[in-house]
Amino acid sequence: MNCLSSELAGVKLRNPILMASGTFGFATPVAKLYPLDKLGGVVTKGLTATPRSGNKGTRLCETPSGLMNSIGLENPGIPRFLSSELDEMTRLDTNIIINLGGSSIQEYEKGAAMIEEACKQRKSDGKRSADLLELNISCPNVKEGGMLFGLTAGQAREVVRVVRQTTSLPLLVKLSPNAQDLVRIAEMCETEGADGVSLVNTFQAMAIDIHARKSVFRHGYAGLSGPAIKPIALRMVHQVTKAVTIPVVGMGGISSASDILEFIMAGAAAVQIGTYNFMNIMAGASLADELQTLMKQEGISSLQEVRGIV
Amino acid sequence: MATVLSNERLTASVFRLAIEGSFHGEPGQFYMLRSWDKSPLLSRPISIHDLTSTAITFLIRLHGEGTRLLSRLTSGDQVTLYGPYGNGFPKPGGNVALVGGGMGIAPLLFSAKRFPFSKVFLGFSGEPFAVASYQALHGDVVFQSGGTILDAIDLNSFDKIYACGPLPMMAELRRRTAETAAQLYVSIEKRMACGIGICNGCTINVGTGNHKACTVGPVFPAEEVDFDELLEL
Ligand SMILES: Cc1cc2nc3c(=O)[nH]c(=O)nc-3n(C[C@H](O)[C@H](O)[C@H](O)COP(=O)(O)OP(=O)(O)OC[C@H]3O[C@@H](n4cnc5c(N)ncnc54)[C@H](O)[C@@H]3O)c2cc1C
Ligand SMILES: Cc1cc2nc3c(=O)[nH]c(=O)nc-3n(C[C@H](O)[C@H](O)[C@H](O)COP(=O)(O)O)c2cc1C
Ligand code: FES
Repeated sequence: MNCLSSELAGVKLRNPILMASGTFGFATPVAKLYPLDKLGGVVTKGLTATPRSGNKGTRLCETPSGLMNSIGLENPGIPRFLSSELDEMTRLDTNIIINLGGSSIQEYEKGAAMIEEACKQRKSDGKRSADLLELNISCPNVKEGGMLFGLTAGQAREVVRVVRQTTSLPLLVKLSPNAQDLVRIAEMCETEGADGVSLVNTFQAMAIDIHARKSVFRHGYAGLSGPAIKPIALRMVHQVTKAVTIPVVGMGGISSASDILEFIMAGAAAVQIGTYNFMNIMAGASLADELQTLMKQEGISSLQEVRGIV
Repeated sequence: MATVLSNERLTASVFRLAIEGSFHGEPGQFYMLRSWDKSPLLSRPISIHDLTSTAITFLIRLHGEGTRLLSRLTSGDQVTLYGPYGNGFPKPGGNVALVGGGMGIAPLLFSAKRFPFSKVFLGFSGEPFAVASYQALHGDVVFQSGGTILDAIDLNSFDKIYACGPLPMMAELRRRTAETAAQLYVSIEKRMACGIGICNGCTINVGTGNHKACTVGPVFPAEEVDFDELLEL
């Protein structure tokens, strides 16, 4: 058996390396650069029931070791995704995770229902479908309040419950590091029947253009990702893995095989790579091999051996 | 990884970086460059300035940290570059004008090479640079320092105009060509994280909806571009 093989919410992964939502599009452009069978899976850009044109103005701003973004959940909408992008993605030899966003409970429910119906239809047609659903209750860039759901356990509970009732896919809930009490929200997700949680999404952050005397971003705040957030993300993943029994997918600033091992030792079942894709567009081509080499050097024969060891 | 052949300073703030290798591309396409490991975080989008069977050349202006690091490269140094990305200028027919303002002249050398029947207009606000390389390649080069190069163009005598330069210049060119038969195409700069359409960072809203500047652009038909929206940034 391959020393990297993993399992997440009942889904077998070739390795624990998944590509994070919003940093890998719908995967097909990268499939032209390297074979995606190097990856455990890919998460789609966040999708909403109706298309979104995203935020106006500046959408990206670098910081030392970090990246702020204010994309505003620009996406083609779930119906378009289901009728075109998903079909192309199912030709890729890696697991597919659909990331679901929304700005109201109704919108989340509608989105989850459309995904459920399409996946069932595909199955009955003998076609491959998505492997997991990742419910994003934490996008900080949508003014109507996508993030609000990530903030208090009460609001989050309602969304998780509705989506859990609607989908038959294994369900991960993606958590916001901006939440008041991350551990409580993770526990709530477990109680509501989520099959796992993933964290962290971006940290709410800000940059000011001193010449214009305005925020760099039209929406004021943006989401910070990249190596700058890694130590905080790691601490949060550690806390959550100690509190819940469902698997935790860890992410936040991972940019090397050794970062991946840190998250695994903190207790993560799998990891996601986000911003690192922009630092090295070929990241996914070699990370799994690098992880395997590192494990050999460290005398680790399986991830299970060190998972949650710290 | 590729190796730097040469890096020449043309003015205090403009340099020409040549990289060894057999690269591909069409006029108006770009590459994502970096000569550093993790910081700054993103690679820098830079247009193809010239392309031969053994080298690719970029014409770059010092702006911030990334271009400063690129400016310090010397022969033998290593660079990581991916591309060619995006859609460049369409295949021309009829009379073509290539109009560059300031750093916007960068993609037009390779364009002039590929479109030999075009006429080249180069405008500079300060000291001109790289003009000799355009003249060496092409008989018909008009250049001007100060004022606006747009005044030097008989807009009615062209079927297609390909422009790259500061947004106000391209917006003005759009205004001036609105009543002519010339089809204007402009190259638009947006911040880019990936260059291949996976980050949604470079979206521009054009008449036909949202488009990614890195894959659908960076060249767009000018009538589709909302210059007011872009100028507001
Ligand atoms: C398709 C395309 C082609 C380009 N071709 C050329 C060229 O041939 N020659 C040349 O000198 N410049 C070109 N530019 C602009 C060049 O990419 C920027 O000047 C450069 O990214 C600035 O980086 P910096 O670190 O020096 O500046 P900083 O201001 O420190 O950069 C901060 C961040 O903003 C981004 N940024 C800043 N200015 C621009 C800009 N004008 N366009 C896009 N991103 C920007 C940077 O990439 C970086 O992420 C092009 C831009 C695009 C989009
Ligand atoms: C440009 C960009 C777009 C993103 N879009 C989404 C999104 O649509 N949905 C989502 O759940 N997370 C989104 N994220 C968050 C990432 O998936 C990830 O949680 C975060 O960036 C932290 O990981 P990293 O530091 O490895 O990037 C986005 C991040 C970036 C940088
Ligand atoms: S630069 Fe990432 S989508 Fe265009």
